[in-house]
Amino acid sequence: MKENKKTYWKGLEQLSNDPEFVKHADKEFVELPSSLNEDGSASRRDFLKLMGFSVAAASLAACEAPIRKAIPYVNKPIDINPSIPNYYASTFTSGGDYASVVVKTREGRPIKIDGNALSPITKGKVNAIVEGSILSLYDKQRVAGPMLAGAASDWAKIDAHVKSKLAAAGIVKIVTNTILSPTTEKALQEFSAAFGGAEVVVYDPISNFGITKASETFYGQDILPSYHFDKAKTIVSFGADFLGTWISPIEFAGAYAKTRKISKEKPEMSRHFQFESNLSLTGANADYRTPIKASQSGLAVLALYNALASKAGVATVSAAKVTVAHLDKAANALWASKGASLVVSGSNDPNVQVVIHAINELLGNNGATVDFTNAVNFRKGNDARMNQFITELKGGSVGAVIFYNCNPVYDHPRGAELAAGIAKAKLSIATNGTLDETASLVQVVAPDHHFLESWNDFNPKKGLYSLAQPTISPLFKTRQAQDSFLTWAGSTTPYYDYLQANWNNTLFATLGAGVSFQEFWDRSLFNGVVGTAAEPAALAPIGNATAAAAEVAKSYTAASTSPELVIYTKIGIGSGAFANIPWLQEMADPITKATWDNYLTVSQKWATENGVAMVEENTKKASLTVNGKTILVPILIQPGQAEGTFGLALGYGRSKAGRVADGVGVNAYDLLDSSKGFVNFDVTAKVTVAVTEEAYKIARTQTHQTFMGRENVIQEATLAEYKKDASAGRYHPEIYKDGEFVKPSKISLWNGHKYSQHHWGLAIDMNSCIGCGACTVACQVENNVAVVGKQEVLNRREMAWIRIDRYYSSDAAPDDLSGMEVAAENPEVTFQPMMCQQCNNAPCETVCPVAATTHSTEGLNQMTYNRCIGTRYCANNCPYKVRRFNWFKYHDNKDFAGVNIAQNDDMGKMVLNPDVTVRVRGVMEKCSMCVQRIQAGKLTAKREKRTIVDGEINVACAVACPTDALVFGDLNDVNSQVSKLLKIEESDSASKEVGEERAYHVLEEINVSPNVWYFTKIRNKEKNEA
Amino acid sequence: MLFKHSLVGIRLNFQTLAVLFFMVIGASAYAADPTVLNTDEAIAAGKAVFNANCKTCHKLDQKYIGPALRGATDRNSAAWVKTWIANSQAVIASGDSYAVALYKEYNNSVMPSYAFLSDAELDGVLAYIEYGDKVDPAAAAAAAAPAGAPGDAAAGAAAGTGISNEYLGIILGVLAFVLVLILIVLGLVVTVLTKFINKQDLPEDDKEFISQKSDFSKVFKSDAFIILVTALVVAFSAKTAIDGLYSVGVQQGYAPAQPIAFSHALHAGQYEIACQYCHTGVEIGKSANIPSANICMNCHTHIQNVGGKEGISTEIQKIYNAVDNNQPIEWVRVHNLPDLAYFNHAQHVAVGGIECQTCHGPIQEMEVVGQHSTLTMGWCIDCHRQTEIATEGNVYYDKLVQLHATSKDALKVKDIGGLECAKCHY
Repeated sequence: MKENKKTYWKGLEQLSNDPEFVKHADKEFVELPSSLNEDGSASRRDFLKLMGFSVAAASLAACEAPIRKAIPYVNKPIDINPSIPNYYASTFTSGGDYASVVVKTREGRPIKIDGNALSPITKGKVNAIVEGSILSLYDKQRVAGPMLAGAASDWAKIDAHVKSKLAAAGIVKIVTNTILSPTTEKALQEFSAAFGGAEVVVYDPISNFGITKASETFYGQDILPSYHFDKAKTIVSFGADFLGTWISPIEFAGAYAKTRKISKEKPEMSRHFQFESNLSLTGANADYRTPIKASQSGLAVLALYNALASKAGVATVSAAKVTVAHLDKAANALWASKGASLVVSGSNDPNVQVVIHAINELLGNNGATVDFTNAVNFRKGNDARMNQFITELKGGSVGAVIFYNCNPVYDHPRGAELAAGIAKAKLSIATNGTLDETASLVQVVAPDHHFLESWNDFNPKKGLYSLAQPTISPLFKTRQAQDSFLTWAGSTTPYYDYLQANWNNTLFATLGAGVSFQEFWDRSLFNGVVGTAAEPAALAPIGNATAAAAEVAKSYTAASTSPELVIYTKIGIGSGAFANIPWLQEMADPITKATWDNYLTVSQKWATENGVAMVEENTKKASLTVNGKTILVPILIQPGQAEGTFGLALGYGRSKAGRVADGVGVNAYDLLDSSKGFVNFDVTAKVTVAVTEEAYKIARTQTHQTFMGRENVIQEATLAEYKKDASAGRYHPEIYKDGEFVKPSKISLWNGHKYSQHHWGLAIDMNSCIGCGACTVACQVENNVAVVGKQEVLNRREMAWIRIDRYYSSDAAPDDLSGMEVAAENPEVTFQPMMCQQCNNAPCETVCPVAATTHSTEGLNQMTYNRCIGTRYCANNCPYKVRRFNWFKYHDNKDFAGVNIAQNDDMGKMVLNPDVTVRVRGVMEKCSMCVQRIQAGKLTAKREKRTIVDGEINVACAVACPTDALVFGDLNDVNSQVSKLLKIEESDSASKEVGEERAYHVLEEINVSPNVWYFTKIRNKEKNEA
Repeated sequence: MLFKHSLVGIRLNFQTLAVLFFMVIGASAYAADPTVLNTDEAIAAGKAVFNANCKTCHKLDQKYIGPALRGATDRNSAAWVKTWIANSQAVIASGDSYAVALYKEYNNSVMPSYAFLSDAELDGVLAYIEYGDKVDPAAAAAAAAPAGAPGDAAAGAAAGTGISNEYLGIILGVLAFVLVLILIVLGLVVTVLTKFINKQDLPEDDKEFISQKSDFSKVFKSDAFIILVTALVVAFSAKTAIDGLYSVGVQQGYAPAQPIAFSHALHAGQYEIACQYCHTGVEIGKSANIPSANICMNCHTHIQNVGGKEGISTEIQKIYNAVDNNQPIEWVRVHNLPDLAYFNHAQHVAVGGIECQTCHGPIQEMEVVGQHSTLTMGWCIDCHRQTEIATEGNVYYDKLVQLHATSKDALKVKDIGGLECAKCHY
């Protein structure tokens, strides 16, 4: 880092050295008015009053301990033992979003979702939404039972009502998001057959209709191909956020990371080009990122097609010329790695997708990195069909409509029209689990079980199947929706039997060779997944791109001057289906680091021109008008935002999601354009943006916990430099001592610890970390970390134990605003997960006056809540700013009941991890390196009289990480994965000699000797430039 | 409803003398199957197997949940007994008249299959039930007397440990009485002597000396006395206050009434049912587990009353009610650790090999369970300082043992981080 001249900055206010930022950065804790007194200080009388109360309370409390009951089972199930977790393989789905999971239950309550390592798709990994979805089970605002005309009813009445109404309804339509379950589809067919061929209308809130439609044009089948990012040496993406939100991000992130991991043995990595308008998570990870306008994107794709076509000697297509930086470089790289490259586009325009198919065909990627023979089922929505349905419903020709776990009133562009149309149907039914925007408008609510209470099967990819099983008895009087459909169709078979019978009749024959059906079923249920995908094969195209290219050339312009709105999806909130989960709301967005809001992302240039300055959280609202609809939305200045474009996230502005999400942000679904027969996320016409005078605050964590400009936090190099010298980019601080310069570790006040048995450590590969934030939510669930709400985040009091620091870097420090515009135009991005570094010479330990934070014989920096008196000296002395103070009692406190639901209401508390204390007001807390898991793992080994096997103890963040960027283990065990990564020799000393050249300590010069190592970031660029 | 009530209760025979009488007669009257081994090794091996598998329902010389076993190979052949143990239901199903009669006699209660025991293990068991732990009639009679009245057991145990408190009281009383007596006698002697001297003609000085009165009020008013008394009062109050504060939240001796008058003295003491039989979690998890009603019903399906009384006892009826109504029994929790402290039974019992009694006290003598230890942090830490680690045969500790080999002291919990905060607080 010394060699390159880059400036690293977390936010624009740091880059411009804004006085407000400097003021906050200088102070460890921002001073705020105390709740005791108006002027911020407690008076003597207050003190005496409180003192008197505490003495009285203490003596009263001492009088008698409450009587506690110990209530055993009447008849204990044989495999449930109090205090011992049980794990069940199951499946997460929400529409077409899919993850094979393992659910951890304690005393019959699901408390944590982890990935299922047996799954060939998600490979044991999850993302933030999957992690957080467990809390939706314990939402006390779920529908408690069937409802008829807005009043609670019972299932017998509902069934009689629905059956009689359906028989006389005429045309029946079922509306749903993508269904991955073959047996559910069969049940729906049975239902459909019973009511004169009721049509199933499928739509997806985040539509990929463009790709399936293009496949139909180009290959004759309306399918989504499998993408093999792991096999691609060159990856080009036009606005597809495949690491964050596009189609199957968990799968893609894992595959992508495989191509980004480098070592001396494998000093190769893929080269990734991204052309996009908003700075996406994927763009932030790209080697070369070019901001382009949405209106240009089609032409950029055509330009790439033409460049490749001329290399291949195929006829080019005529299109307006567009200048896009790095496009030629991308074309050359693609051509050089023919058959091992991949071009994707996030556009929902079928014509653009046809050209993308043609490009992959030109490159020989069909059958290699793009596989149409093993199609995936993640998106089956048909935008055109849904459009037609809404028109029919409005026209009153639909007799009965059933919404099967979907919420189109909220998440379809024509939701308002749909809402008006529902009343025209004679019968309207929703199976949704909450009274959301759609379910609150229908006559009959027949609530489905939560996915953790249900039986189901899934077919995510051709040849691959998985099962979901209930992990808890239904909490409410709900009924599995498939049972409802079967009952209404006149069947009496319970869905569980129906499912088994369907597997017996179909899958058993092909996948269950050599075993009985029971054995096949039990094994599939135990593993959660069954089946294997066939090897990729090429599918012969039946069409060509000529017509589509002509369409693209017509509908895109090279140099549009009108403002454009690019609507995107955030990794934490997604389509908004899980918006009511406070963990996800408070998870800092990987790029903007904003919580609890969506906002209009604007470029620095536009902001300067329009007189908008954003200092810390303070901003203004803009009035955004799209196609005649006007909304007020806060402005967020986003480095890397393409000139002339604005970004706005979906999933916010819910009105009936529940108490957490209602009224948070604005609804961008209304602004999507569905006029062209597909849902268009790029609105390139009829957009106007005007700054208003309304002030607003966006709760961003990006400049909280800053490093005060110290260097060497981020250490990076290019691939070419790394190949020459494995320690390229490393900063080796040296300190003058006794006439020579020595490594900081040679100078210490301390004698050093000895770790005789274990020495826990963590290695973090900044090349693999994509910044997705799955670890932050996993940590919050595992460790009962409180959610504090927007106001407290604004007060800089978020509680997250692990944060992902996002650094922008640009070539030079700007001196003025125009310099800042240059710096913010398209900065490089680096992600760095930051948690307690478990220092061997921990600065926090030496300053605690009551020894509440101490060192263990296993290298852990222990935090003892019951000893802490809240002086906060430790946090002041922490160079990494990873300690969090409980400013309030966040549990059982009505002030936080609306946000911290996992610690406030009876249902929410069921999700808490019983092995971790819920902290009280006034104590410090921080990452414990999941000490509860370490203790449990050690106990298992001791009970079984054996040593610990590497991998059996793992921290929650590392388990969740979809790219295996975090590796945890015992540094004393030379055969552990972490020791091998770091190339550690056997030693019981605390400061291990690390042989890996890329590994470094953040702030090595202060020699606090952390047990967390970072690996330098290596970019596959030609020059080290931003 | 899982359990069928049987209306005929089994009478537990406490009339030990009668039993012993029959036993002694029996011992001389039967002759075991000659194939049964009579070696010490076989008996010892058999005892281990017996204790692990059979003890819950059988005793050697006493009818219990199942019949008294001694003489089994006299009543039937050793081969028959082995078949029976392996799968008693099969023997009954085969129509064997003895088996059917036995089954009926014990209210059709099923003896589980022990097919997993090897032939050698069965030989051991047979050897043990025929020749093991034979009771000397005289000693048995002596031992039986207190056993007949369980309440006396504690007194008997206390008698063995030096001078008891009562004796100490008596001795002190006698001593005090003697001292008072001496005081009175001395007083009388002084009075008599004074009277005698006063009658003599003495100089004025001597007279004054003899008739002088001591003035105690001056002592009470002296500075030294006031300081002493104040100091004592302050010290006493401080000690009381400190003791009081230290006892805040400490519930040692807390023995709440339970919804069922369950006696550990009877179950764990008299019948020697292993703790783990009911507290199933104690070796596998954090919680020892309060037994669920189905565990009670393993035995109480058959045992419906105590002391040989007819009908169902009101306390046992409560278990039946719980099962019938599917309503769990709400026991009152005796040992309450604060939420901030993590305690795991498996670590201490399965890994550390600590006896239950070490923390819970003489639970086998408690009619009502009370908190024996203070359960304070100081108490935990003290034990961690003193307790040696059960490292033998546990590979996990090999490295630690090796590193500790040079030390003179034994490897104790404190040596491997047993005093660290995050071992219990997280």
